[in-house]
Amino acid sequence: MPDGSPREFVRLEGLKRYFDVSPPWLVRAIEGRPRQIVQAVDGVDIEIAKGETFSLVGESGCGKSTVARLVVGLFPPTDGRIEFDGNDMAQRRSGADTAALRRRMQMIFQDPYASLNPRWRVFDIIAEPIRAFGLSSDKADLEKRVGDLLRQVRLTPADGRKYPHEFSGGQRQRISIARALASEPEFLVCDEPTSALDVSVQAQILNLMVDLQRRLQLTYLFISHNLAVVYHISTRVGVMYLGRLVEVAPTETLFTRPKHPYTRMLLDTIPDLDMTGRQRSPVGGEVPSPINPPSGCSFHPRCPYANDRCKSERPKALPIEGGTVACHAIEEGRLPVEERSYAAAAR
Amino acid sequence: MAAASNNPPLLEVKNLRVEFPTRRGTLLAVDDVSFDIAPGEVLGVVGESGAGKSLTGNAIIGLLEPPGRIAGGEIRLEGRRIDNLPYEEMRKVRGARIGAIFQDPLTSLNPLYSVGRQLVETIQTHLPLSGSQARARALDLLKEVGIPGAEMRIDHYPHQFSGGMRQRVVIALALCAGPRLIVADEPTTALDVSIQAQIIALLKRLCREHGTAVMLVTHDMGVIAETADRVAVMYAGRIAEIGPVRDVVKHAQHPYTKGLMGSIPSLGVRTERLTQIDGAMPRLTEIPKGCAFNPRCTVLGQRCMVERPELMAAGASRAACWHHDRGGVGQPVAKETVNA
Repeated sequence: MPDGSPREFVRLEGLKRYFDVSPPWLVRAIEGRPRQIVQAVDGVDIEIAKGETFSLVGESGCGKSTVARLVVGLFPPTDGRIEFDGNDMAQRRSGADTAALRRRMQMIFQDPYASLNPRWRVFDIIAEPIRAFGLSSDKADLEKRVGDLLRQVRLTPADGRKYPHEFSGGQRQRISIARALASEPEFLVCDEPTSALDVSVQAQILNLMVDLQRRLQLTYLFISHNLAVVYHISTRVGVMYLGRLVEVAPTETLFTRPKHPYTRMLLDTIPDLDMTGRQRSPVGGEVPSPINPPSGCSFHPRCPYANDRCKSERPKALPIEGGTVACHAIEEGRLPVEERSYAAAAR
Repeated sequence: MAAASNNPPLLEVKNLRVEFPTRRGTLLAVDDVSFDIAPGEVLGVVGESGAGKSLTGNAIIGLLEPPGRIAGGEIRLEGRRIDNLPYEEMRKVRGARIGAIFQDPLTSLNPLYSVGRQLVETIQTHLPLSGSQARARALDLLKEVGIPGAEMRIDHYPHQFSGGMRQRVVIALALCAGPRLIVADEPTTALDVSIQAQIIALLKRLCREHGTAVMLVTHDMGVIAETADRVAVMYAGRIAEIGPVRDVVKHAQHPYTKGLMGSIPSLGVRTERLTQIDGAMPRLTEIPKGCAFNPRCTVLGQRCMVERPELMAAGASRAACWHHDRGGVGQPVAKETVNA
């Protein structure tokens, strides 16, 4: 991307996170029930280059938000490595070094109604990271910084005196973006930043994110379930299903030459404005429970191309056309790659 | 299109006004809304949060939350006025003639009753059937909405169903008494895309087979484009544009609709920037004089600031905009000829 360096900026290697959702010990002992483990993220490898937007898509419960939280360190991983700009995040280091690393990555959350403290003024919300990381010593500089941040997200410095409830959803999301930018990060993890917003406001926020990325050379990990938004904003896309990555590809390739049957199914089910009156082909079945995932390829119960190997052997991610795909049918050449074109909207 | 112009409409809404008395004065949340739905037709109602689309739906099924109330206008179902019916009378209409589907299938089912019991209760309220007949009908309904293993599932409780399956049960509940109209308020918003496609396909099939009309309230333009015959776009409590879905999507007349369509990211066209409508919808307390869209409008004229536009013929649809053709001033159409 911008600087053309091939070296990855963020690297996730064999990342796993399991959650224990067993009933209490005594209940298990009396009723003879086993432990229950949710394999929320089950071996994910992602490399994100500097300046690019990498998107994770998938249905609810596929583990995409867990990946986001693992990357910024809100959960420790069960297994696997997270590398940020060459630093292993699990390594023990001094508090000051940890803070210096943490400062460089920030997160934007889905719900701007829940992620801003209702008792704080907007000024204090945005100033908190600046104070916490000791980026500003005197009051005048702090005020100038917060004012600049507010202007950067198209609000005015005077808005700093207000409380979050005085703003609309879109404006609140701008405040969360300003707060995320306050520590001058290089890497932003955005967990469904627009899914709580109306479409016309969503367009404002997406445009703002693209502008900021260009101006500040930001790298984004963008989590979304909306494929059209992902298509619009990403450089590369990873598709998740039941805690695993089934396909990673550059955006244009993923949407025009999707390989994994699950990706194809997802693309088939997006309602599009150009589809007036056209019948979508709904795919039967639902996402199985991650407590008891199917053996082999976890998509096989819903997959029309599954055979015996798919039921027993877990497919590995194999490189193909600048991306990777984890599918036996593709590997064996049973499933030809199909071309898709989208009638360019006459708008 | 399912709408034949000489058929009497199934549902007629005329000059509907919904208001909320508050301490700081009365807020007009739905302001002079008129439309009708033909038998078997799917009318989509879109708009951003707070545009009044759900309130319009709730007013039709008679479930406005107090202090909200219908302040004017009339609602007719098959020619009979239903907006001024006493509570008990309305209860008989609701369920029997009008079915309702809400956004969150978990909160619209009673967690303490099995789904079979809820279905039987609803069926027996509206139809003179014995217990075993009602149960047989409940079973048929569950099969019809595509619940696998219906014989066993009928005795399960709502928490034992997944989101998509729960929404199917809610649809079965709405169909219990064979209603003529279903008001579906964001029926797919809480569901994943692949499940959403299943539910939309189901709704469309049921409409076709039973000739049921649907008023589909949603903010998802994609769902509307795929499902509806006609669409009404609401803004700040008023209808900004109404017309056949193809025309509204492809040849939007109202500047708000144009902006709305442009702001939806679309597959296949990768633009540098999405069209954005600056600003936000005005609060109910601050609706400007003249056209409610005027602070955000790009084709603004003098008239827009002072005079409120009525729906007027614009292309194949009808739009409430003085400048829908950018310059010429349209002729307001008489309200009686509401048939796009």
